[in-house]
Amino acid sequence: MTILAFFLWSLLKVAVVTVVMLMGIAYTVLLERKLVGRIQNRWGPSRVGPFGLLQPLVDGAKSFLKEDLIPTAVYRPVYLLAPIISLGCALIAIAVVPFGAPAMGPRGFDLFEISNINIGLLVILGITSMGVYGIALAGWSSNNKYSLLGSLRSSAQLISYELALGLSLVGVVLRAGSLNLRTIVDQQATLGAATWNILGGGQIVAFFIYLMAAFAETNRSPFDLPEAESELTGGYHTEYSSMKFAMFFMAEYGNMINVGCVATLLFLGGWTSPLGDLMPPLQSTLINALLPIFWFVIKVFGFLCLYVWVRGTLPRFRYDQLMNFGWRFLLPLAILNIVGTSLWLAYR
Amino acid sequence: MTSFIQNDVPLSWYLLLSAILFSLGVIGFLIKRNLITVFMSIELMLNAVNLSFVAFACQWHEVRGQIFVFFVMMVAAAEAAVGLAIIIAVFRARSTLAVDYIDLMKL
Amino acid sequence: MHLILFFLFAGFCLAGAINLLMQTHPINSALSLIVVMTSLAVLYLLLGAEFLAIAQIIVYSGAVMVLFTFVVMLLNAGREERTLGSHAATRVGFPAVVALFAVLATILIRAQGLGAARLGEGLSNAPGQSNLFLLSQVLFHDLLLPFEVTSVLILIAILGAVALAHVEGSKIPDSEGTASK
Repeated sequence: MTILAFFLWSLLKVAVVTVVMLMGIAYTVLLERKLVGRIQNRWGPSRVGPFGLLQPLVDGAKSFLKEDLIPTAVYRPVYLLAPIISLGCALIAIAVVPFGAPAMGPRGFDLFEISNINIGLLVILGITSMGVYGIALAGWSSNNKYSLLGSLRSSAQLISYELALGLSLVGVVLRAGSLNLRTIVDQQATLGAATWNILGGGQIVAFFIYLMAAFAETNRSPFDLPEAESELTGGYHTEYSSMKFAMFFMAEYGNMINVGCVATLLFLGGWTSPLGDLMPPLQSTLINALLPIFWFVIKVFGFLCLYVWVRGTLPRFRYDQLMNFGWRFLLPLAILNIVGTSLWLAYR
Repeated sequence: MTSFIQNDVPLSWYLLLSAILFSLGVIGFLIKRNLITVFMSIELMLNAVNLSFVAFACQWHEVRGQIFVFFVMMVAAAEAAVGLAIIIAVFRARSTLAVDYIDLMKL
Repeated sequence: MHLILFFLFAGFCLAGAINLLMQTHPINSALSLIVVMTSLAVLYLLLGAEFLAIAQIIVYSGAVMVLFTFVVMLLNAGREERTLGSHAATRVGFPAVVALFAVLATILIRAQGLGAARLGEGLSNAPGQSNLFLLSQVLFHDLLLPFEVTSVLILIAILGAVALAHVEGSKIPDSEGTASK
């Protein structure tokens, strides 16, 4: 494959994945509004289009057309930079996520992953850790005490839960012996659902820790303290309006999708079917290409529904409860999980 | 791939970049008047040295250069934690971060 | 390609470092240092050290610099006043820097036998041996004791930081109730 073809194919992949990701973000918002509505015994958006399906378009248009207000007291360069960092980090992380069977393209070209690298998992963690800047700088540059409190809370929360998040993934990495996301998926794909890391791999504790830490990392309820409306008006995005607010909003939902993708890859067998090799392989190339994507999307969708369900059910934690839970419960549990997994791997 | 991807960069350029960054770090250490930015200049110097370690590891195809950088990173993380705690303590005691006013231990 | 990437990110590095010196506000300096560190990570990638590149991003850009910005925000550090600084700095420091750089540059330009960095070339070109594998071999077999000692060092650093930042009988009321004493 020549360098030009490589560039063009990669460009195509990036364009397609970005568009799909943005659409996914828009419809995750709708999913949340519909589902939370049903949980609270109301309809949710139902006016625009059939079943309210065109609501995201209208929301987007509204954000574009609103007045873009920049308060006089803000520190402009950083104020303008913060939402870009937030959304950028949310969109970049998807670049190493494999969402389909390997080597389906022409001449063994990886069609269903933007770049297959041997440290994919670490790249995702690194980009997530850069996402803190968006929130921290937004709060600081707004020159507003509520924003600053929200962003300080949020930075402390993200840094604290990043530890538990990273440590919960170590068990999976130990089992697979690799940081390549494709290898991790292949390692748990042999017998379908029975060998997924969450069941056969015995990593259910790690999955629980990951789930909790992921809720905190994405600032979602029950850990949505950075934007606790009753105490902080809007948290770090109090002073943002119009498109800049929409960028923070999209970053939050983009991070939810990223977290769902990582959970799917590491614990739920990625793009493989729950039946594993028990089902005979199909002859049709088209089905062989599309079925893995179907499974992947279904799993991520399920994870997002879980997110919304938790949001509709649990009340918000208090700040000291949040810190205690992270440091005194999740972190020791994650370390115990690592010790247990390594002992099991050493003496089985 | 074609030759387009294969043009090499001499390692001395990397080392030169590292030397420039190190010198800039030293200059920053000398001209900055804020305790935090002085500390940042030190971090810049550490990073510059790391770059030359990685360049040498690439030259000799030797993993030890990279191991060295790994340890430098760990020590730098520990150093940053303690250093920033010291800065906070200094700020509490003197309520200033300007190095001109933090001169109790000067002769 | 390699050449373009090198010049691009070396340029970012230098611009960030110079901006770090020029800016008077600590948060701008911190942001330019983040730019320097992230571009250095890309240069590590070009030199075939992918693990170090991502460790650079996670440790430096993601943890150390977050701590720096956190402290700048916490102490609300304002613009710094430019003063002349000490006499020692102007009389000894700057000539020393210039001399050091001149010596280093001469040595590097004259140095014989320095090869060239080739894209896609790891530490060992044997199949199935990635850099990650070699690194973990050395780190967890040959250098296990130093590795564990560094973890103890980090633990001590955490304890030291807590002991330093903790105020006995703090008079400031803890508004967020974070302290769990």
